[in-house]
Amino acid sequence: MKKIGTAIILESLMEEGVEVVFGIPGGVLIPLYDEFYDSKIRHILMRHEQAAAHAADGYARASGRVGVCIATSGPGATNLVTGLATAYMDSIPVLALTGQVPTTLIGNDAFQEANITGITFSVTKHNYLVTDVKELQNTLREAFYIASTGRPGPVLVDLPKDVQTAETDYKKDIKINLPGYKPTYGGHPKQIKRAADLIISAERPVIIAGGGTIISGADEELRELAELVMIPVTTTLMGKGAFPEDHPLSLGMLGMHGTRYANYSVMNSNLVIAVGVRFSDRVTGKIESFAADAKIIHIDIDPAEIGKNVRADLPIVGDAKNILSSITNEIKIQIKKEKTKDWLAKVKRWREEYPLSFEESGETLKPQYIIKELYKTTKGEAIIVTEVGQNQMWAAQYYLCNRPRRFISSGGLGTMGYGFPAAIGAKVAKPDEMVFDISGDGSFQMNCQELATAVQNDIPVKVAVLNNGYLGMVRQWQELFYERRYSGTKLGYLPDLVKFAEAYGAFGTRVTRKSEVRSAIEEAIETDKPAIIDFRIEEEENVFPMVPAGAPLDEIIGGN
Amino acid sequence: MKHVLAALVENKPGVLSRIINLFSRRGFNIESAAVGETEDPKISRLTVVVEGDDKVLEQVTKQLNKLIDVIKVSDLSSGDMTGRGLALIKVSVDRETMGEIIEISDIFRTKIIDVSPKSLIIEVTGTDEKIMAFIDLMRRFGIKEMAQTGLIALARGAKATTIKKEG
Repeated sequence: MKKIGTAIILESLMEEGVEVVFGIPGGVLIPLYDEFYDSKIRHILMRHEQAAAHAADGYARASGRVGVCIATSGPGATNLVTGLATAYMDSIPVLALTGQVPTTLIGNDAFQEANITGITFSVTKHNYLVTDVKELQNTLREAFYIASTGRPGPVLVDLPKDVQTAETDYKKDIKINLPGYKPTYGGHPKQIKRAADLIISAERPVIIAGGGTIISGADEELRELAELVMIPVTTTLMGKGAFPEDHPLSLGMLGMHGTRYANYSVMNSNLVIAVGVRFSDRVTGKIESFAADAKIIHIDIDPAEIGKNVRADLPIVGDAKNILSSITNEIKIQIKKEKTKDWLAKVKRWREEYPLSFEESGETLKPQYIIKELYKTTKGEAIIVTEVGQNQMWAAQYYLCNRPRRFISSGGLGTMGYGFPAAIGAKVAKPDEMVFDISGDGSFQMNCQELATAVQNDIPVKVAVLNNGYLGMVRQWQELFYERRYSGTKLGYLPDLVKFAEAYGAFGTRVTRKSEVRSAIEEAIETDKPAIIDFRIEEEENVFPMVPAGAPLDEIIGGN
Repeated sequence: MKHVLAALVENKPGVLSRIINLFSRRGFNIESAAVGETEDPKISRLTVVVEGDDKVLEQVTKQLNKLIDVIKVSDLSSGDMTGRGLALIKVSVDRETMGEIIEISDIFRTKIIDVSPKSLIIEVTGTDEKIMAFIDLMRRFGIKEMAQTGLIALARGAKATTIKKEG
């Protein structure tokens, strides 16, 4: 059957089960958008392409499915770059479709031409420029496959205008031929056996669960292993939700702003079982002293992560879900001994001695208090999306997360302005769930134009702005390490957020006192509209505990 | 330490720039790179010489393998391999030096491929060491211009870096 390019694109999206796309049209995309006019696929018109990429990313993180964003050639495509880099760093399956000038004009510096495949080499798992309509259907199939399998990631497909309008045969059945792409899913049986032996005999084991655990859907397998051998579990920021944080074995988050007891446990352990983590510098602190007495079992689907940052004594390449269940089965065969009792007692003492804490002072609004109230008011059931900086760390510390895909944050790239559009994407994926963006006044202003998107498309996300008038995390570093020389960090002027919300047709409210926190959150939840709460928090509150950059993980300042 | 990697890659536009981009992004230094079609026109073979310790080599290999268009990577320097490069050197000559240059060229089994009253173009092939030694000897006559290919290499014996055909 003959079809034109744009029809093939829509047909391919439908075949992949795509229900919604986030985008902005443009000159070379008029043919494609004409196809969307009659399509069952929901198109959400964003106000900036960066936000379209973040929304697709938030959709993917909340649902586990591929998020799709669309941008026109030139500036539209280049605006996607930050969003793609964000998704790439956190291994999120996103498909970006970009318009391109006609093939006859490519290379001529045509109007709105940009070499987007060249530009995005380093921030995509793979990308394509389709120059022949005959390649289109295969390319889209491959793009979805690559984005969603192995270690997921963003894939970009660049679509010249003449390819969109050219005609070719649409095949019912196509096969993927990617000789250079064969992800490993099953772990090596011998390595699994060795891992089981190490785990059984370890006296001071600790599990570090990362984002890979969530991507793999290995949360239940992780819990089974932890409970079987009684191993304490800490997660990275990306791993939040891989293990219930109200579980007695949970240590919360580790790393620069992790709990003291998580960091002490890792540093004093004799076996680290790392699942789907890439040992970022924010997690390890000074790499040479990281868990120096421990053997490290590193489970990851990406062989390039093994030994990249931290030595791996026992690498297992494959899918975390498969590997964890194999290890657990292997352990079950052997006789179980209570090896970790003393270790757990020690961990418990750290937990009691060094709980997360902050100073309360009268009616002053403390951000930590706000997050705790948000946690209580929403019964821990909201999907939390964060911006980047202090807001992100307070959210990670104080909003406990018990299930996967419910804590969404730009971990690797640390993209301010990510949270709000990602929250829109998450809410579209999970319309029946409450979605809260925990934001700062700096981050919110980086993509606040998307309030129009939320209102127009009836996507009632809630934004808690922890407003301290500063780019708070940088200010904190300036306070601690640069003699309070607050260069470039005082935001000073912020538009009235209540009026801002109202101007867009959303709900806005302001909180200046502790006693108003609960009712403001309740109001924001009750309204059908998108809502913004402007929390005027203590200006110079810091995130503690903190491991200064480059210091060993157990050299911790503040918090106790 | 120098390593010679052979990568079989899909013969498609942009593949080489993807690979070069990877090297710069990951901070690896390429000493030389040579690329050409293989016995299968759908597949190109890239030979790269990289400098680095075993950890660097391991990362380069793994990162290369992660590229979708890269089908197979092998470290030829880990086994017995034979590698050759080629250089074209334009050397200044006069009546006095002509004889000596030709003599040295003969010893190195080079070819003189262009002759003019004031210059010769000499084609030298061989291992990196041989080519470097020849270039060094030519310096005192005055090298006007020079072009060099990257190393290309194959493993000795029957062992080959090829792709198993499926089905």
